[in-house]
Amino acid sequence: MSAISSEHDDHAHDHKPSGIKRWLFTTNHKDIGSMYLIFALLMFFLGGAMAMVIRLELFQPGMQFVEPQFFNQMTTVHGLIMVFGAVMPAFTGLANWMIPIMIGAPDMALPRMNNWSFWILPFAFLILILSLFMPGGGPSFGWTFYAPLSTTYSNDSTALFVFAIHIMGISSIMGAINVIVTIWNMRAPGMTWMKMPLFVWTWFITAFLLIMVMPVLATVVTMVLTDKYFGTSFFDAAGGGDPVLFQHIFWFFGHPEVYIMILPAFGIVSAIIPTFARKRLFGYASMVYATASIAILSFLVWAHHMFTTGMPVFATLFFMYATMLIAVPTGVKVFNWVATMWRGAMTFEVPMMFALAFIVLFTIGGFSGLMLAITPADFQYHDTYFVVAHFHYVLVTGAVFSIIAAAYYWLPKWTGYMYDERLGQMHFWCSLISVNLLFFPMHFVGLAGMPRRIPDYALQFADFNAFISVGGFLFGLSQLIFVWVVVKCARGGEKATAQVWEGAEGLEWEIPSPAPYHTFETPPVIK
Amino acid sequence: MPAHRRLVSKLLLVALLMFGFGYALVPLYEVFCEVTGINGKTSNTPAMLLVDGVDTSRVVTIEFLAKPNKDMPWIFKPEVRRMTVHPGEVHVMNYLAENPTAQMIVGQAVPSVSPGQAALYLHKIECFCFTQQQLAGGKNMLMPVQFYVDPALPAQFSTITLNYTLYDVTASWQPVASIEKIGE
Repeated sequence: MSAISSEHDDHAHDHKPSGIKRWLFTTNHKDIGSMYLIFALLMFFLGGAMAMVIRLELFQPGMQFVEPQFFNQMTTVHGLIMVFGAVMPAFTGLANWMIPIMIGAPDMALPRMNNWSFWILPFAFLILILSLFMPGGGPSFGWTFYAPLSTTYSNDSTALFVFAIHIMGISSIMGAINVIVTIWNMRAPGMTWMKMPLFVWTWFITAFLLIMVMPVLATVVTMVLTDKYFGTSFFDAAGGGDPVLFQHIFWFFGHPEVYIMILPAFGIVSAIIPTFARKRLFGYASMVYATASIAILSFLVWAHHMFTTGMPVFATLFFMYATMLIAVPTGVKVFNWVATMWRGAMTFEVPMMFALAFIVLFTIGGFSGLMLAITPADFQYHDTYFVVAHFHYVLVTGAVFSIIAAAYYWLPKWTGYMYDERLGQMHFWCSLISVNLLFFPMHFVGLAGMPRRIPDYALQFADFNAFISVGGFLFGLSQLIFVWVVVKCARGGEKATAQVWEGAEGLEWEIPSPAPYHTFETPPVIK
Repeated sequence: MPAHRRLVSKLLLVALLMFGFGYALVPLYEVFCEVTGINGKTSNTPAMLLVDGVDTSRVVTIEFLAKPNKDMPWIFKPEVRRMTVHPGEVHVMNYLAENPTAQMIVGQAVPSVSPGQAALYLHKIECFCFTQQQLAGGKNMLMPVQFYVDPALPAQFSTITLNYTLYDVTASWQPVASIEKIGE
């Protein structure tokens, strides 16, 4: 696609302060990207630890280890941390690291704001986590914080929850603005829109989604705050409000939000598959249009989360068909990935393995999504473990697998060393097997009627739940292998070449490995 | 970097507008539900009586429900459970309210009609739910609702349920505001 003809040497003079100051005051996109990724990994383990508490309690029927109230706090904070603390910052970290390099820009457009968007994030999560230690405990109303659970029936940790969400939202919006301005204004000469790598395209569209919906999340948490403390009645029927209105506003944010967590994953997979199939991506333009269509449709389907609230039939029909329509552009993508591999000279290094697992397992999650979209069927599935199975297939084996794939794919570029392939393969197979032990049986207990977010269950679900919990513990342990691989790779190993992967194409593979502290201070020439 | 600044201000404006849009959803939702009658919302303003005549060719059963909210100590129930009416006929239904506590309590009733699509066709000429009701401790009162069913009610609806949930709004009750309301 492109080649560099600029021959500027590596700048040995990197002008960076040493020690903690380097990280506190850095405006370098690579430093900030690394901090985002490390933060996301820490949050992934913290949220994962909470999932382990949930699975421990559900290992057997009856109450064994935790109080129901604490169980609810675990389901709530697990969800919040994984969505806002692990998946979103990981994607932002990848965006920071890779987008400027991929479009031939020297840095992000607004480096100081970039520093701020990262550094307010740890404080948001500090507030959220500290709220767990308040009298009465932390938020326990589910990550969706439906009113009146979060207004009338919540304790004072709600105020901390609201402020934490505000800070996370501000961080995301600043990050998104930075991504758009960088891509819009700072592409190297010759890097036309339709030459941009798909990871850049998907992030560009994701950033627009973020700017459109994170403010709506800010609105809805503000309404919860004023309803609880300042006497407004947005969601209180006694004062003329309506609790169903909460769900409309929340899901107007919430549905685009789930695409925010998957569109960059599409970009990553679209980068990895061509590299290891040694073929160009099939249907580049259709990928771009499919991503944009998914983003637009995401604004028209929010009420499919609310079929059981008693909507009129015409509304449920509209949201049902609109939701099913999303399967069309998504199908285009899956088709293009498969077509890219068709007759390719494929090899199966760890990033490719995770990308392949992504395609298969994300598609399974997509199909269960289609089942949930069918209004009458949804009355059976609503609020059961079937829903839990569905969104964990799209978020764990979808978003998280793509992030892990991206980490393996670009790790040699970041550290300058190849990761340990044998350990990586072990990580992949342990993750693949355990994640399916963990989430696949949830479909069955869900269809049989096991409700989500409840610390106890009927006896007939006991065997399946013990099985699921074992899968959960194994999946949690498997991720320690990943940490081992990353630490080992950062400390040394086989030297990586500039191109790293035989079939890799793009600007990031034309700079040395590890990527120098400053890249493309002179813009590359794109042929 | 003027190019950056211009783009950043535009994007910030979008974010700000979307924050406002979240709030705008509140009145939009109200209006949407009132116009379409979905969600079982009935109009909060008194209806005009249309003297289009009574449709004696069919009857509609109106069921009355009353439920004090769990924090509301009043005893609250309709005089009769159901009533059969012809579309176009004006009827009055009384709800009994009793305050068994020693304190004055202000109540606000919130109506809901089921099936939701029938809400558009149930017109209230006068209703205790239009205003807040106050009742001294130990007293009781009759609260009337005067209504008629629109003759345009689609034929598929033979029964309409009118439910009132009564909330204790003493805490946010402002006597001055309600005096103004009476003066109108």
